[in-house]
Amino acid sequence: MALKIVKGSIDRMFDKNLQDLVRGIRNHKEDEAKYISTCIDEIKQELKQDNIAVKANAVCKLTYLQMLGYDVSWAAFNIVEVMSSSKFTYKRIGYLAASQCFHEGTDVIMLTTNQIRKDLSSPNQYDTGVALTGLSCFVTPDLARDLANDIMTLMSHTKPYIRKKAVLIMYKVFLKYPESLRPAFPRLKEKLEDPDPGVQSAAVNVICELARRNPKNYLSLAPLFFKLMTSSTNNWVLIKIIKLFGALTPLEPRLGKKLIEPLTNLIHSTSAMSLLYECVNTVIAVLISLSSGMPNHSASIQLCVQKLRILIEDSDQNLKYLGLLAMSKILKTHPKSVQSHKDLILQCLDDKDESIRLRALDLLYGMVSKKNLMEIVKKLMLHVDKAEGTTYRDELLTKIIDICSQSNYQYITNFEWYISILVELTRLEGTRHGHLIASQMLDVAIRVKAIRVFAVAQMAMLLDNAHLLTGNMQRNGICEVLYAAAWICGEFSEHLEDPMQTLEAMLRPKVATLPGHIQAVYVQNAAKLFSTVLRKHEGSTDSQAAQETSQLLIERLPLFVQSANLEVQERASCILQLVKYIQKLQQKDVEVAEEVSALFAGELNPVAPKAQKKVPVPDGLDLDAWINEPPSESESEDEKPKAVFAKEEPKHSRPRHTEVDEKELARRREARKQEQANNPFYIKSSPSSQKVYQDAPGVEHIPVVQIDLSVPLKVPGLPMSDQYLKLEEERRQKEKADKKKKEKKKKREKHGKGKRADSGPESEEDITPAHHVDIVTEEMPENALPSDDDDKDPNDPHKALDIDLDKPLADSEKLPVRTHRSEALKSPVEEGDGEQIPQETKKRSSKEKKEKKKDKDKDRKKSKEEKKKKKKHKHDVDEDEPVELPSEEPVQLEDTSEVAAPPTSTSAEASDLDFWLSSAPVAPPTKEATTPDPAPSSGPETSLAAAPDSEADEPKDVEPEEAKSSKHKKKKQKKEKEKDEKKEKKKKRHHHHHHHGDGGGEDSVQNGTMEEEEPLPPMSNYCLLAENSYIKMVYDIQGNLQDGSQVVVSVIFENKSDSFLKSMEFNVLDSLNSKLQRPDGAGPHDGLVVPFQLPPGVSNEARFVFSVQSIVMPQKLKGTLTFIVKSEDSSTHEKLDFKLHFTCTSYLITTPCYSDAYAKLLESGDLKSSSLRLEGVNMPFHHLLARICFHHHFSVVERIDSCASMYSRSIQGHHVCLLVKTADQTVSIDAKCDEPSLLGNVLDEIKQTFSQC
Amino acid sequence: MIKAILIFNNHGKPRLSKFYEHYTEDTEQQIIRETFHLVSKRDENVCNFLEGGMLIGGSDNKLIYRHYATLYFVFCVDSSESELGILDLIQVFVETLDKCFENVCELDLIFHVDKVHNILAEMVMGGMVLETNMNEIITQVDAQNKMEKSEAGIAGAPARAVSAVKNMNLPEMPKNINIGDISIKVPNLPSFK
Repeated sequence: MALKIVKGSIDRMFDKNLQDLVRGIRNHKEDEAKYISTCIDEIKQELKQDNIAVKANAVCKLTYLQMLGYDVSWAAFNIVEVMSSSKFTYKRIGYLAASQCFHEGTDVIMLTTNQIRKDLSSPNQYDTGVALTGLSCFVTPDLARDLANDIMTLMSHTKPYIRKKAVLIMYKVFLKYPESLRPAFPRLKEKLEDPDPGVQSAAVNVICELARRNPKNYLSLAPLFFKLMTSSTNNWVLIKIIKLFGALTPLEPRLGKKLIEPLTNLIHSTSAMSLLYECVNTVIAVLISLSSGMPNHSASIQLCVQKLRILIEDSDQNLKYLGLLAMSKILKTHPKSVQSHKDLILQCLDDKDESIRLRALDLLYGMVSKKNLMEIVKKLMLHVDKAEGTTYRDELLTKIIDICSQSNYQYITNFEWYISILVELTRLEGTRHGHLIASQMLDVAIRVKAIRVFAVAQMAMLLDNAHLLTGNMQRNGICEVLYAAAWICGEFSEHLEDPMQTLEAMLRPKVATLPGHIQAVYVQNAAKLFSTVLRKHEGSTDSQAAQETSQLLIERLPLFVQSANLEVQERASCILQLVKYIQKLQQKDVEVAEEVSALFAGELNPVAPKAQKKVPVPDGLDLDAWINEPPSESESEDEKPKAVFAKEEPKHSRPRHTEVDEKELARRREARKQEQANNPFYIKSSPSSQKVYQDAPGVEHIPVVQIDLSVPLKVPGLPMSDQYLKLEEERRQKEKADKKKKEKKKKREKHGKGKRADSGPESEEDITPAHHVDIVTEEMPENALPSDDDDKDPNDPHKALDIDLDKPLADSEKLPVRTHRSEALKSPVEEGDGEQIPQETKKRSSKEKKEKKKDKDKDRKKSKEEKKKKKKHKHDVDEDEPVELPSEEPVQLEDTSEVAAPPTSTSAEASDLDFWLSSAPVAPPTKEATTPDPAPSSGPETSLAAAPDSEADEPKDVEPEEAKSSKHKKKKQKKEKEKDEKKEKKKKRHHHHHHHGDGGGEDSVQNGTMEEEEPLPPMSNYCLLAENSYIKMVYDIQGNLQDGSQVVVSVIFENKSDSFLKSMEFNVLDSLNSKLQRPDGAGPHDGLVVPFQLPPGVSNEARFVFSVQSIVMPQKLKGTLTFIVKSEDSSTHEKLDFKLHFTCTSYLITTPCYSDAYAKLLESGDLKSSSLRLEGVNMPFHHLLARICFHHHFSVVERIDSCASMYSRSIQGHHVCLLVKTADQTVSIDAKCDEPSLLGNVLDEIKQTFSQC
Repeated sequence: MIKAILIFNNHGKPRLSKFYEHYTEDTEQQIIRETFHLVSKRDENVCNFLEGGMLIGGSDNKLIYRHYATLYFVFCVDSSESELGILDLIQVFVETLDKCFENVCELDLIFHVDKVHNILAEMVMGGMVLETNMNEIITQVDAQNKMEKSEAGIAGAPARAVSAVKNMNLPEMPKNINIGDISIKVPNLPSFK
């Protein structure tokens, strides 16, 4: 054995190692490939040996060769062998090789599953680490599925080194196996607060990456991230969080408001440029999301712009680049603030760094206005001339066109100028963007009718000088322009001064060197010109000219008939025959012009590029349905179907009008409008440019400038757009003068009404276009849908991760585990909240319905809101902030106070967030107490309004509010409820070991159609446990479905004193039936330490697990809470006794039941029945049901009028069925259960609930 | 996300390539070549960001690079990464290499690409930044190297001896090759933290 080892080592002496290989390659520079191929042969030999050391060495060399571009996938199996070595040295080599060359298509990957699993659970942390690193590079959907649970276990590993790697790799697992996201998410969230900064950073990293793709699902994490942001000092983490907030704010404007201040503080305080930059970026995102109606944030904008200016002026090119990048984001919403730095940006255009020049160009795009467009474009044209390198020049060219054509030519006041610019651009050498210029020419000429005369003249000139464009074959990109020129001249030939000359130009022999598609257009349009010429000469007696034209065509067209291009050939021969026929007619003196021009009669309208896509599918048409029987497999493969149609340009496709009846259309349109109006993120259309032009006041007053075009037009090749600058200046001057005159006149007529008359500089609106321009909008199918989601890529892997994370987990969602299922899943994550999925869908839909209703009510509420504000203003003048509240917020608040949405698990999260978002500006208790509420009906709004901004960053300070007077009992209750939920959530984060199942309970109310009726009153299940001058405890008990013998008691401890409460110990005297679960090793009488301390005024929640044996009887347990009260000078030991009341209700768990299963259950006959009658119950039926659901953990199975069947299940699996009927304040409940004493007790408790109200 | 990390020298010879998405070997080589062309024609004192366009992925991606002596360190990242953050990460990477190899130079990277990979694996995992603290990275790398040494033990001794002999016999010792000033100078940049 030993001999073998030594022998192996000796063998190795003669092998090349990696260094030898590298050295060898360097020594064989001339015949590198040959040398490497011999090396690969050697490696193949080495791989055949049994010695793992030799194999590992070979694999190591292969990894190097892979980097040099050699395919080493043939050695995949050997790599797996090396990976499975027990020695770390070799394992690492194997995993490195695998990470470099394995991918989803590698078939041996499926052999690795068990090996990787073994390594993941290795006692050596570096084995695990290496496996995780390798896996992160080659994880496949199969591996992800099989290993997800193992990795999730590692997230709670004792070593932070493993934890952070496990957390990071989860992102890859999610991508490959999206089903794992929901089960793993709670633990991932938990890792956000890991004590190790590396793990925390990894968790932030993963969640940021997830949230970037589907931000809306992560909105509920905002409070947690906010806390991290204000507490973390790790710049990496901060940057990630701040970036994440940037992605979240567009979804929730209120979040933005909350962020502004801490971010501003960071901007002022940080010295790290990277952090500063990201802060500025996110502030910008916030400002964009708030852009409407937040005038007091101009300071923030100024700050951002200022900081960015500093960056741009910095000598560090990196900062300059980033400054420009961020500036372009501000530009979209606050162009004015950026425009003031035009000088700086124009300066950057001259920078030697192309990246910076390109960024500066981007900025210019948004900085143009009607006023400065010509000036800026002139500067750009200068740059075009100077620019070396075609890429940059092409970029300039596209930018010029982008700038000018943006938002439907909004900023162009003079289209003659624009056409001249386009014509000038055609003289660019070697540009690739001929088609771009061409399409612009076509677009302008077609859509701006007033410009056609000018455009046609210019195009005719271009055609005449076509040799300038085509003279050099290298310039052929630009000849696309001739396509446009020819088409425009042909289509609008009636505007041509000398069609004959243009016709001649189009039929020159040199045209034959142009690309086929251009020749085709030439031929076709020559025919159009021909018809124009004919018509021109028809009236006059001079038939000679017309005949000469025909002769010209007959002479020249054969050139095209011989073309190799089919299209050209076909058109040419067709037209040639036509012309020959016409010539015959002409010789007989027949009038033909009318008929010839009829060939080309009619106008072409522009069609929007998206038009085809937007044609809605008519009702009843299923495009996926087979029209005929589906063909057999083989047939469908042979068929390469219908590419012809797909390629068809939208321009030619006239959208077919689908037949949807008018009513339906009107309804849809209305719905859409409604939706848009209510959607705060829908940007309402600003007055379109079209409107601007048409409604421009006093069109008749605009002096039509006579431009002497003859001079520049005859001299092609000279820049001529400049003259428009001057002309424009003059025109504006004149206009201004005119206006002044007019204003004065008005003044004289109506004494001094116009204060704005001649003060102030020329504003945007004052600039009127030189022509009355009618921009024809592109045609769209009549009932096109407004949605713009067609940009989304259906193949995006992140789409699969768009998963609602707030939904409770279902049993079916657990990660697949190979063995020891029950044990492996004993994580707090999946337990408890795993049984409500079927109900969830119902909740969703009902929630949506509610949403709709809310929308409908919105207008009404808004007006109400307005009134309230006015009222408030009367009362206290100094509270003027509510005006700036985004309209959504008041509505939301009002909604919660009026409608009092019943809590569900989903809405709990949501309202939690709402609460967090709206709670910040709550005034401190002292203020609350001393300030008499001015407008009682608007409680929450007032408190909001009274909020000084400075408190925005103290989200935790909401608790003192409890001290608020109980004037509005309802509201207070509601708030408390929300707070409870908040605490509960907070608790969950802190003390997972107590967290065993909180499913059921209050999550049940929403069901069926209840909330479409009258709103429900707020409810809470928390009841008082004990109270003294120091502390107050409220509690709620819930069953744990996972374990039939456990219930969870959630206790909220609230510090009522001014002192610090610590060392709290919770102890209960166990009974035979119920025992407090104590940690292993603790004696049966030891208390449980409450895992937190309470500062004054703060409350927090802890959970305690009890095991129970029999659940058929209610029961009381005596207990004591001991704690130390620590004030500044002294500390005392205090004690508070309490009695925990375990009702039978607390053993019930809300369990959905379908009506058929329910019927079967009732029919089975196993159930004993009992009944109950309640008199004088004065509440709506749905309230009654909601109460039973909420307080007693039932769910409604079915409801018919005033009769409902309900169901619940105990933690030990007893079925409890209720049939509730109501008539004239009398409620009768017939109940059935397989355990009569349990049933009796539950009914008693129900009775008690209703006797209390 | 980091899409790829490339190290190549002034002539475009790859010294390390790490792609976090799968490409064929040919595509990888082409990406390295094109990246080299883009990066190498830029002046020393221009910004370190390049819009890579369609090189890897889409327009969301950027090339962020630093040039040290004879080597280019290029990170291709998408928009979720902070540009300046990545620049600092490159700096941390190079400083870590400097510590691990003691005055790192191009030859260290040439002959010990596996070690460079191991160091990188402690910093970036699957395209996501794992650790930015240099001391932590070095601790982990050292611990693993120690493990490797202890594993080699007696069995590894002859191999080490052979390797020493080989080095002795060969006229060129890696560190003595004269290719000008190849030691990567790590400038003291304002620290990120």
